[in-house]
Amino acid sequence: MDTKRRTFLKAAGVAALAGISAPAVTKLAEASSSAVPAVAENSAGTAGKIRYGMVIDMRKLYDRPDIQEKMAAACRYAHNIPTFDDPKSEIKWIWSASYEEAFPEHSSAHNAEIIEESEFLMLCNHCDNPPCVRVCPTKATFKMEHNGIVAMDYHRCIGCRFCMMACPYGARSFNWFEPRPHITQEINPEFPTRMRGVVEKCNFCAERLARGEKPACQEAAAEVGAIYFGDLNDPESEVRKVLAENPTIQRKPGLGTKPSVFYIV
Amino acid sequence: MYNKGLIVPGLIITVLLVTFPFWFDVFSSAESTDPTVELPPGGEQNCIYPADEMRAEHMVILNEWRDDVLRNGNRGTVTVDGKVYGKGLQLACMKCHTNKEEFCDRCHTYASVVPYCWDCHLTPTQQKAGLKEAN
Repeated sequence: MDTKRRTFLKAAGVAALAGISAPAVTKLAEASSSAVPAVAENSAGTAGKIRYGMVIDMRKLYDRPDIQEKMAAACRYAHNIPTFDDPKSEIKWIWSASYEEAFPEHSSAHNAEIIEESEFLMLCNHCDNPPCVRVCPTKATFKMEHNGIVAMDYHRCIGCRFCMMACPYGARSFNWFEPRPHITQEINPEFPTRMRGVVEKCNFCAERLARGEKPACQEAAAEVGAIYFGDLNDPESEVRKVLAENPTIQRKPGLGTKPSVFYIV
Repeated sequence: MYNKGLIVPGLIITVLLVTFPFWFDVFSSAESTDPTVELPPGGEQNCIYPADEMRAEHMVILNEWRDDVLRNGNRGTVTVDGKVYGKGLQLACMKCHTNKEEFCDRCHTYASVVPYCWDCHLTPTQQKAGLKEAN
């Protein structure tokens, strides 16, 4: 044995280094090999899948607060939504606000007078990349794979309100109080209410779509035909044709949430 | 053994006290208080499963329906004796069992079970009369 202490220590050092870094190296190798198919899957994953979307033709809703109120009322009835006067405890599924509030990323300098004066309808955008779903600790809110609707399971909501923090559109409301005494309209016997301590929001009328009906707000605005609803993944659908023919904008597109609600202004 | 005179009667009294519920039950003349539920007033005879199975499994079935409807996008219908119902507590169960107080509550109260169904779902009375009138 003529191994010198120096060579032995060198060999031991190299072996120790390899042993320590081996898990990290294999993990890196795995990540780089799996990253490629994941991306490919994302871009090709739309084939054959429904993604519901909505186009709101604001040209038909300027100066028509009556229609906007009618749509909100139809939604209130359909989903047994309570009414609170205090804006801090308000429950909002579909609501109206100014252009500046709705589209803060878009220029509001020298806008047409009609845009300055009118209110814009807003609802949950049912984003393709929903930040609320990412933060929900109980999976009470989730994106439905088969139709792209961002849905809620109120049975599972623990009321942590992370989703309200995450949603850049203010589309989620928290039930600070027992909602039942505040349901001022007639009750819809086919739909439940919510309870105190859960977050709620627009569900794109998933329960009506399942019965083959149109969303309640679209039906309420039928007299002016301001709402188009359909499958964004189907090039032959009505929404896609409307989108192809008209310039549209989305709310806060720069955030990368990919909203499914489009506006013709 | 020291203090035999105190310990032995004491032990006997303790055993009698601990087993008192059993003695009381044996000698009491009270009738059995097993809950009886009201059967569907509409006269429906069959549920989606036999009564025994429903009694034991209804909570599991309701949870499965909930996940089917809300998560899996399977809002299918159930057909019993030719009648078609939408999946759900409000849409199916309570269409026949139209009296929540005399059906659900009877056993739930007896077993001291407090399910949170009715925090959100509407009872048949509430469905018919509205929330304010029913409460």
